[in-house]
Amino acid sequence: MSTPTPVLQARGLVKRYGQVTALDGADFDLLPGEILAVIGDNGAGKSTLIKALSGALIPDEGEIKLDGKPVKFDGPSDARRQGIETVYQDLAVAPAMSIAENLFLGREIRKPGVLGSLFRLLDKKKMMAEAVAHMQDLKIGIRSMKQAVETLSGGQRQGVAVARSAAFARHVVILDEPTAALGVKEGNMVLDLIRRVRDKGLPVILISHNMPHVFEIADRIHIARLGKRAVVVNPKKISMSDTVAVMTGAKRPDELPAEALA
Amino acid sequence: MSSTPAAPARTPLRDMLEGMPPLATLGPVIALTIACAFFASQSDRFLTGQNFSLILQQVMVVGVLAIGQTLVILTAGIDLSCGMVMALGTIVMTKFTVDYGINAYLAIFCGLAVCAAFGFLNGALVTYVKLPPFIVTLGTLNIAFAITQIYSGSQTISGLPAALEFFGSTFKLGQTAVSYGTVLMLAMFLVTWYVLRETAPGRHVYALGNNPEATRLMGIKTNRQLIAIYTLAGFIYGIAGLLLVARTGVGDPNAGQTDNLDSITAVVLGGISLFGGRGIILGALIGAVIVGVFRNGLTLMGVASVYQILITGILVIVAVATDQLSRRKG
Repeated sequence: MSTPTPVLQARGLVKRYGQVTALDGADFDLLPGEILAVIGDNGAGKSTLIKALSGALIPDEGEIKLDGKPVKFDGPSDARRQGIETVYQDLAVAPAMSIAENLFLGREIRKPGVLGSLFRLLDKKKMMAEAVAHMQDLKIGIRSMKQAVETLSGGQRQGVAVARSAAFARHVVILDEPTAALGVKEGNMVLDLIRRVRDKGLPVILISHNMPHVFEIADRIHIARLGKRAVVVNPKKISMSDTVAVMTGAKRPDELPAEALA
Repeated sequence: MSSTPAAPARTPLRDMLEGMPPLATLGPVIALTIACAFFASQSDRFLTGQNFSLILQQVMVVGVLAIGQTLVILTAGIDLSCGMVMALGTIVMTKFTVDYGINAYLAIFCGLAVCAAFGFLNGALVTYVKLPPFIVTLGTLNIAFAITQIYSGSQTISGLPAALEFFGSTFKLGQTAVSYGTVLMLAMFLVTWYVLRETAPGRHVYALGNNPEATRLMGIKTNRQLIAIYTLAGFIYGIAGLLLVARTGVGDPNAGQTDNLDSITAVVLGGISLFGGRGIILGALIGAVIVGVFRNGLTLMGVASVYQILITGILVIVAVATDQLSRRKG
């Protein structure tokens, strides 16, 4: 069986902050149509890795490939333009604005002709219709797209943020702790949504501290440790305690049984 | 979402309540209506077209200042310098024409440009030096005041050409004399309201006030946007200065000192949140008119002006408390 070309790949990423080396030659592979969980202890370089992949910082060394082609991101908007959408924890939405406005923030649909191009008038009807269609597509049952986001529950808000990234991502969706502040029911709701995003064909990178969630949803688990990729494991073939042991350094990756690796 | 226990059942009453504008939006309209009804019952001169035209003329300077102030407050900032920047603008316009004999339109342009430059300075300090808007504009308030005094030699400038007084002149609308300045103020409110509501840059102002980090991450150039808003606000204070010159017929270096805080009062009374990102700019018009109606009505009733200030103070606290409480609930 030949391995498919990774959608997003990194080799030997290095990022130093003064004396501190946050990334020390980290590798990364995201395969088509998978949910890849990225876990790691504090200081393992997990968030630095994600920032490098989402364009939020520029690595000192190393190479990133998108669909097999080398890329460089000038910033988050550049990564976004190239098809990588990121949902940042707690930073995602403008609470007093409507769901439709949040979905299209920074990418508004404007009226045709000079009204849109010169006067920047919004095509609110079209935005509303597309928002409804998109939310239905992801089976997010919110009654009115005109509702302010602050009137939604935490899970629904996260749903709006995920839906926005899924709507515009062409290659990858990155989710930073999407279930962190949610209750059990709402957390499961968001997990369902993430599965639907994958089933639409978009690969998902999921950063999470919640091991049960990671094991429930991930196809593969990338374990970051000491600024490197320690190992990638298969959640169906490894126990949660072994995973945590590798993450914290209590167990070396080469102590794992061969079938646990992915 | 699909797996949630269904949202509360949809009933006509619930739909109606959700469709209603929030209290912060309706409050100013209700307050204005009650005030008008009260003063109409106290004085039969209150509810006349002429009297309302007078009220609008009295509030037009503060009203236009409040447009710029609203833009800044929507970004979660505040502009304490607006009245002083306006005063500097009026001195530039009048001194250029009267003392230097420069063409009046060119002088107006220069006055507007000086005000816009002060707005730019405020915006650049807030954006790039990352100082709090309160402190930046407290500084520029004093700077603009001092420059105004030094440049004018603390002298009032009079004997203005007709072009500078145009917006103070009136035309007849039926029986009522309406000033062109009033029309300009109302038109500016309507245009700004429409732009804030219907255009992408307008919505980005709200997004910036709501969540600057999210707005930046969505690819909006928030630094450039913030500087543009402060600069535009400065330009608008210049227009307020033009109206002030037209209304008073002089360039007064001591102008604008009460208008400074009055513009913030108008914005707050209009239900626009000082925390940014919430509120409708037409509220600031209503807020300015509320202050004007109280002053006018109490004057007609023969109440001393110090009580007018007292009541304005109470109104401001009620308005901010309403905003705070409605946010806490949400």
